[in-house]
Amino acid sequence: MKYFRHLLFPMIAIVAAFVVGAIVILLIGDDPIYTYQLLIGSALSWPDGIGYTLFYATPLIFTGLAVAVSLRCGLLNIGAEGQLTVAALATAWTGITFGNLPAWILIPLACMAAIAAGAVWAAVPGILKAKFGSHEVINTIMMNFIAAGVASALTQSYFKEPGDPILQTRPISVAAHIPRLGQLFSFIPERIPTNVAFVLALLACVFVYLFLWRTKWGYEIRATGENPKAAEYGGVSVRKQIVLAMAVSGGLAGMVAINEVLGYRYRYYQGFSPQYGFTGIAVALLGRNHPAGVLLAAMFFGALTRGGLFVDIFTENVSKDLVLVLQALVILFVAAEALFRGQFVKRRIAKGVKAS
Amino acid sequence: MRGIVSLAIIYSTIRLATPLLLAAMGGLFTERSGVINIALEGLMLAGAFTSATVTHYAANPWIGLLGGVAAGVFIASIHAIACIRFEANQVVTGTAINILMLGVPTLLSGALFGTTGSTPQIPQTELIPNAPVVIAFVLVPSLWYLLYRTPFGLRLRAVGENPEAADTAGISVRRVRYTAVLMSGALAAIGGAYLSIGQSSLFTRNMTAGRGYIALAALIFGKWRPVQTMLACLLFGFAEAASIQMQGVTPYVRVEYIQIIPYVLTMVVLAGFIGASRAPKALGQAYRKEM
Amino acid sequence: MLELRNISKRFGHVLANDRLNISVRTGTIHAIVGENGAGKSTAMRIAYGFYAADEGEVLVDGKSYTFTTPHQAIALGIGMVHQHFMLVESMTVIENIILGAEPGSFAALDLAGAGKRIRALSQEFHLDIDPDALIEDLSVGQQQRVELLKALYRDARILILDEPTAVLTPAEVVEFFHILRRMREQGKTVIIITHKLDEVLAISDEVTVMRDGRVVGRRTTKETNAAELARLMVGRDVLLRVEKGAAHPGTPVLRVRNLGMTAAAGARRLVSVSFEVKAGEIVGIAGVEGNGQTELIEALAGLVDPIRLTGEVEFEGRNITGCTVRQRKELGIAHVPEDRHRRGLLLDSDVAENSILGVHFREPAVSRPSLVMLNEAGIRRRAQDVIRDFDVRPPNPDLPARALSGGNQQKLVIGREFGLPPKLLLVSQPTRGVDIGAIEFIHRKLIGLRDGGCAILLVSAELEEVTALADRLLVIYHGKIAGEVEPGRVTNEEIGLMMTGGRV
Repeated sequence: MKYFRHLLFPMIAIVAAFVVGAIVILLIGDDPIYTYQLLIGSALSWPDGIGYTLFYATPLIFTGLAVAVSLRCGLLNIGAEGQLTVAALATAWTGITFGNLPAWILIPLACMAAIAAGAVWAAVPGILKAKFGSHEVINTIMMNFIAAGVASALTQSYFKEPGDPILQTRPISVAAHIPRLGQLFSFIPERIPTNVAFVLALLACVFVYLFLWRTKWGYEIRATGENPKAAEYGGVSVRKQIVLAMAVSGGLAGMVAINEVLGYRYRYYQGFSPQYGFTGIAVALLGRNHPAGVLLAAMFFGALTRGGLFVDIFTENVSKDLVLVLQALVILFVAAEALFRGQFVKRRIAKGVKAS
Repeated sequence: MRGIVSLAIIYSTIRLATPLLLAAMGGLFTERSGVINIALEGLMLAGAFTSATVTHYAANPWIGLLGGVAAGVFIASIHAIACIRFEANQVVTGTAINILMLGVPTLLSGALFGTTGSTPQIPQTELIPNAPVVIAFVLVPSLWYLLYRTPFGLRLRAVGENPEAADTAGISVRRVRYTAVLMSGALAAIGGAYLSIGQSSLFTRNMTAGRGYIALAALIFGKWRPVQTMLACLLFGFAEAASIQMQGVTPYVRVEYIQIIPYVLTMVVLAGFIGASRAPKALGQAYRKEM
Repeated sequence: MLELRNISKRFGHVLANDRLNISVRTGTIHAIVGENGAGKSTAMRIAYGFYAADEGEVLVDGKSYTFTTPHQAIALGIGMVHQHFMLVESMTVIENIILGAEPGSFAALDLAGAGKRIRALSQEFHLDIDPDALIEDLSVGQQQRVELLKALYRDARILILDEPTAVLTPAEVVEFFHILRRMREQGKTVIIITHKLDEVLAISDEVTVMRDGRVVGRRTTKETNAAELARLMVGRDVLLRVEKGAAHPGTPVLRVRNLGMTAAAGARRLVSVSFEVKAGEIVGIAGVEGNGQTELIEALAGLVDPIRLTGEVEFEGRNITGCTVRQRKELGIAHVPEDRHRRGLLLDSDVAENSILGVHFREPAVSRPSLVMLNEAGIRRRAQDVIRDFDVRPPNPDLPARALSGGNQQKLVIGREFGLPPKLLLVSQPTRGVDIGAIEFIHRKLIGLRDGGCAILLVSAELEEVTALADRLLVIYHGKIAGEVEPGRVTNEEIGLMMTGGRV
């Protein structure tokens, strides 16, 4: 019953976003009912719809968790985009440079490279905030630009196939490839790109839950996010928590590289991320910064992405950017609903006091 | 030879700094009133797209510019209502608006022109390459005067530093903040319009390419002061101009490393290495009357 | 002549003002007294237009008005100086004073003209303020005078002052009263909201007493006394009697040697402070707020960056000057902070999670063998213990801390800290904003802790509380220990003298 309240507001936000979206579709000259049918239908079909939905959801689970963890510490990590970029480059580098190693060493090594790169990239603005108090929002945005520039430069200088016009690295060694789910389970066709990274994403959700609510470190992070002064008075080192939260957040964002480089493109490809980092913010907010919510929200957005492609092809005027618009509307409505939540908390207090 | 090169760089710098300056001046208003404005990027896009579209239909860039401004004000009002009336997290709403403005222009261009984001090319005669530059640089002293020598500016600054004090003095915190946010919408939109109907001759998807964020960085670099922000914008414009010049000229230093210098500098400044960076005290906090 | 007739005001569930009738005669200094939470500030804010009353009317010179903004009240000549100053620190005195009433046109501020007028007012009322100074460079007393200038600049005839002496040293209070008398001479009407009875008797002509949102009495000051006013304020004879046996102090647990502290801006907050606290005794620190007590407690708790400190803090023989808060907790030093909302509790977390804040890194909050994973059962047990032993109501560990009343929140914090268990307890303003029943409970608990052998260092702004509880009393003034006295043997006047730098 308690969960109903947690589901209610996100649902209201989604419905509201779809209503406004319908108006936009009408203005563009298409039929909202047809468009939405296409959107949702193509996302839920089996096996392709659900398969691709989960594939598109995987990176969003990682970035959603990343933003959620940072928000739990009172920080907004807008730098997931940059973190996953450096992670992807690091992963590709590992997959290329250590290509001779057998798979059972190379794959974990490449995964660790992804997590470590993301963590370090996020820790830098974390340290700047902890030591100097500079706002993580601007610093992470700057780190995004720096990451794009550095990744582009390094790729061109060292990792590109000479003569390749596309900005991408050489392919990683086959030993670093992680299998698609279709290769492991016969009832899933192999053409569907969902891979083992999806399983890792589910594990990441469990990990984040245990970390935040079942360990003392998670307690300290949440206390810092809720009231840094009280946490400090309680002996928590706020500075350490900031850096820790950012590092964990960055590590989670970095795991996107596992899906992308080890499980899909098998190389680093400049611009591979269609705003996963920013969408992660929407996912975290919709999922109320809780791993279970993030999982559901990521799958919802994954479904939208899948549906968006079909909408793009099969309607007259609506393009897949409709999905971006819906996402943005959802964020706006979720953010505004914080005001209503304030009212809700007051009523809960009244009930609690009466109950005694 | 050297003389020509450096003159070209100066022109380049000014042209490249102009959209930054316009957006940053808009951001200055909002941030001094206490509202974080991450949405500069989206506001610029709104202005760029709308002015290109309106200019195409009206065959007149001035009308196009007005259309752009109107769009900027409209989108800014969404940000304003969400943050001020609904007390939503200001960074989150700003980000939402930026994402919105990635998608909306493409949808509309699909409906109007059948394209995937671009507007039709506008003939040379219907562009305004110089007016926005003039506007931008004239804005700087005007804004300085407005901020420090008029009642409006005094109230704006008070609202950004101590909204409760302003409220007690009978000033409507909400009204001041709404005004500031709407003004930033107008200014950022002009910055965007310059991109589409001043510097080039059409709008393309995501044509601002992060300039809104850079404008915000310039604002912080400039410590929320008009003249210093202008200098920061010029610095960032220079970095971009220099990196364009260097493309293909020096293979020794990758162009990207020059491009990222302004970003690194901003982080350095933000950490307080170049003097303390004092943000308006009430920045980012929604104001509600306490008991 | 200002009158409030049948004013009522509700905030959510709380009835802050209940059919109030207050009348103030022109040209007098009128005091409104009552305890914290009696509704005095609310009533005056309605008179000033900052709040709108739910019922009733405000009459100025006989005519009724309903104010919706302060503008209207200001136009009628009512000015208010709040307890927490409404000043923009980074702007100048002139800019602060003219805010909202800017001279000149919409296109140009007339700063010069304003400056002249302010200088004239400053001279007339002996306020001695430089209009071009930045607020952040002024002392607290000076900032208050800027607030007065704000009202005078707007031609206020009626000035409402909310707890004006809370932040002043006794010397500044004397100056302040002189300014008030000058204003009365010039025909102004002054209303002071306060809970300090001695000041009421010293300066006011008439008194209105409020309690629990109602007016319970109105007297001419000359014709009443402190006891009567106190009785009206609290509804019964107030004399803080604490059942306290003699102390049996043991070995010194805390030794402070020549402790000095500089604030971030370079000001010296503590100067050569030396004292000790023994096990089984309560040492009280008396002083006007702002003389370094807060900084002293924070330094002892480990919240101050060691580079700002000189001297030594020794606990059980060990030098702990550089230890972190966590390390001090592990050694057995507990801390009840003076601002429980902002520093003591996680208001949106539940009672259970709050009950382990500070001890969350060891058993019973965490379980073996990892000492990393939280132990739900252990946490619940700890929460139940605190709730039971400290009578926290409602006794529900799942409620958010925000749902508890001030007194119960304080009991939660105290219970948590008592459970360390502490060898040294640092406690600051233990009963601020707490109802009478909880106050007595907390006092008994503190005495009990002392009798159990704990050393207690107590800071309180309520002189009665600190003299009743302490076995030894230190007086702090301008960051120095001005002297030590035995509470039973000295009068409040003598202590007050020491609090202001005089000698007994």
